[in-house]
Amino acid sequence: MRDFWIIFKQAFMSKAKSKTFLITTAVVIAGIFLLANITTIIEAFDDGEEKSKAIPVVTDNEAVVDRLAQQLAAMGEEAEFKVTGDLRGALEDQLKEGEIESFLILQVPDGHSIEAEYVSESSEMFGFPMMLQEALQSMQTEMRAEEMELAPEQAGALFEPVGFEQTTVSASGKTEEEMNQARILVYVLMFLIYFAVIMYSNMIATEVATEKSSRVMEILISSVSPVKHMFAKVLGIGTLGLVQMLLFGITGYLAIRSSSSVSDLSESFFSEMGLGDIPATTIIYAIVFFVLGYFLYAVLAALLGSLVSRTEDVASLITPLTLIIVVAFIIAATGLSTPDAAFVTYSSFVPFFAPLVMFLRVGLLDLPWWEPALAIGLMVLTIAVLGWFGARVYKGGVLMYGPSRSLKDLKKAMQLGKE
Amino acid sequence: MALELNHVTKKFGEFTAVDNLSLAIGEGTMYGFLGANGAGKTTTFRMILGLLNPTEGRITWKGKPIDYGTSHKIGYLPEERGLYPKMKVEEQLIFLGKLRGMHRLDAKAAIREWLDRFEVPHYLNKKVEELSKGNQQKIQVIAALMHKPELVILDEPFSGLDPVNVEILKSAVKNVRDQGATIVFSSHRMDHVEELCEQLSIVHKGQQIVEGSLRDVKRSFGRQNVSIRSDHDLTRLQSVPGVRNASYALNGAVFQVTDDETAHKLLQEALKAGPVRHFSIEEPSLQDIFIAKVGNEHA
Repeated sequence: MRDFWIIFKQAFMSKAKSKTFLITTAVVIAGIFLLANITTIIEAFDDGEEKSKAIPVVTDNEAVVDRLAQQLAAMGEEAEFKVTGDLRGALEDQLKEGEIESFLILQVPDGHSIEAEYVSESSEMFGFPMMLQEALQSMQTEMRAEEMELAPEQAGALFEPVGFEQTTVSASGKTEEEMNQARILVYVLMFLIYFAVIMYSNMIATEVATEKSSRVMEILISSVSPVKHMFAKVLGIGTLGLVQMLLFGITGYLAIRSSSSVSDLSESFFSEMGLGDIPATTIIYAIVFFVLGYFLYAVLAALLGSLVSRTEDVASLITPLTLIIVVAFIIAATGLSTPDAAFVTYSSFVPFFAPLVMFLRVGLLDLPWWEPALAIGLMVLTIAVLGWFGARVYKGGVLMYGPSRSLKDLKKAMQLGKE
Repeated sequence: MALELNHVTKKFGEFTAVDNLSLAIGEGTMYGFLGANGAGKTTTFRMILGLLNPTEGRITWKGKPIDYGTSHKIGYLPEERGLYPKMKVEEQLIFLGKLRGMHRLDAKAAIREWLDRFEVPHYLNKKVEELSKGNQQKIQVIAALMHKPELVILDEPFSGLDPVNVEILKSAVKNVRDQGATIVFSSHRMDHVEELCEQLSIVHKGQQIVEGSLRDVKRSFGRQNVSIRSDHDLTRLQSVPGVRNASYALNGAVFQVTDDETAHKLLQEALKAGPVRHFSIEEPSLQDIFIAKVGNEHA
């Protein structure tokens, strides 16, 4: 057992101390902080060249402009207008030179119909024009109602909103709003699992191939059995992965919490992410599926790594493995909008897809307990079988040198492992 | 006997890498294991180390099979350099030493001692890939010997070393032997084997063709070289019974004979022809034996 920990520690420390790991971790952490404080940063840069927020309006009826501002305020949109005597051509020039962001031409030809044109430099502010249109629409309706001399109750009756509510009867039993929250959280975690599984299984395969190509393997396995060596390696790098993910998670949490200058934004971010009250089970499932997914792919990666003699050959041998993960991710990404589709349900039980697809389903739907349990059981079983098989191949593979870069060598390695 | 191989055979599918090999190596012996490339030396070493299991036969160390429980008593120097290129010398040796059951502090002390002995104490904090091939070999040797193993297996220990370093390494190996370790090593350099080994064995295509002490091997080879220098014609001597082969030069000839008697006869005959300026009986060198035994089959 002592040698197991020596290898474990070596696998963990040598990677943890490596420049690549330190730089990647630092960059990602910096990125998280940057992203969390992005609005503060943008504001800081914006301060210098503040544009006048008031939108120039060309109009024949100034009362309508005041009414529009009130209407927008009632709708929760702050907007400032200033009536201008400039002509359209002059305003367009100002727009092109960036002095103003937009302008509005507002006309009320006969006192009860509104004609408006909103001119902006680009269509990026598409949210505001829609509000504007909506506001003007209701203003015109009011004006028409006044013209018809309707009683206030009659007018009120006209404007009464319909009773509209959306409910779902899908297996999830979650409202659309809850679904959206869960979707974002699941998506972020799913992406982390996907990313980590690819990255760490690649790391394992490269590690093993490096040890083999530098022939240090022969010395290692003359003091530690190949099987012990393989599992110590897989566990060591897996622990490193968990530590890294944990670091990212903690910094992400801290970054969002600490960006107090935009506290209202972070509040809304939390509630939007569903992080205000994170479903603990989702996080636990994320960790379980990350660990199992990692093991599944790492054991395979280790055995593939043991087949090559040169590190350059790792990439070609590991491609099929990467493709399987990519397929799993595609299924899961599709499943984000239709988590109860049949192909998602079926593929969620396939051990190679389960880490992503079953995680997606437990995250979005209310599944009977046995479904994730079955998927987890199947994965554990597969890991055990692969571990047994992998150890065999590994034992022979590490002694095999030569131009081996195809899966045909599996059999040869198995044979050698037995001997 | 400390290390015993009992009718060991190793087959890879149809191919027989080692065929019915038996060795008995006493404790504290330096044992030479010779063979051409592909003779089965490395396979034999891997079986001794327990990396491969023999198809037939048994290998024991002090009466017990070798497994991972005894691996810390074994030192192994593989034929090719086996070190992490990016790791620093000290860190690397501590790691390998710990795997062989050493404690960190003991390993550190041993590393310093060995680096001093090899006259390279300044390599302590260098990466292995920065060292020359010969100096990497020194580090490899330290990895094999630092934990004071009882059984040392050296696969081509002198390859890639300059003559000065070969001498340093030889004395280190002798030192380890004097402390009681049993050493098995393979080499292509017959002069090294002749100088270091009391016992040896030559394998060819998986089969053992010579085995025994250096003296017995030479005696039983049954051939000696008789060198005679004379100004007179020596071609007549070829017909002396017992002469197997003769080669002539301007000032004399070399005859290959099977026994001392023929040699004496040759001297008498040479004297009949005229004065002899030089006469000697030379033992065959290990090189001759190796080429005769292994080379014959090549031809």
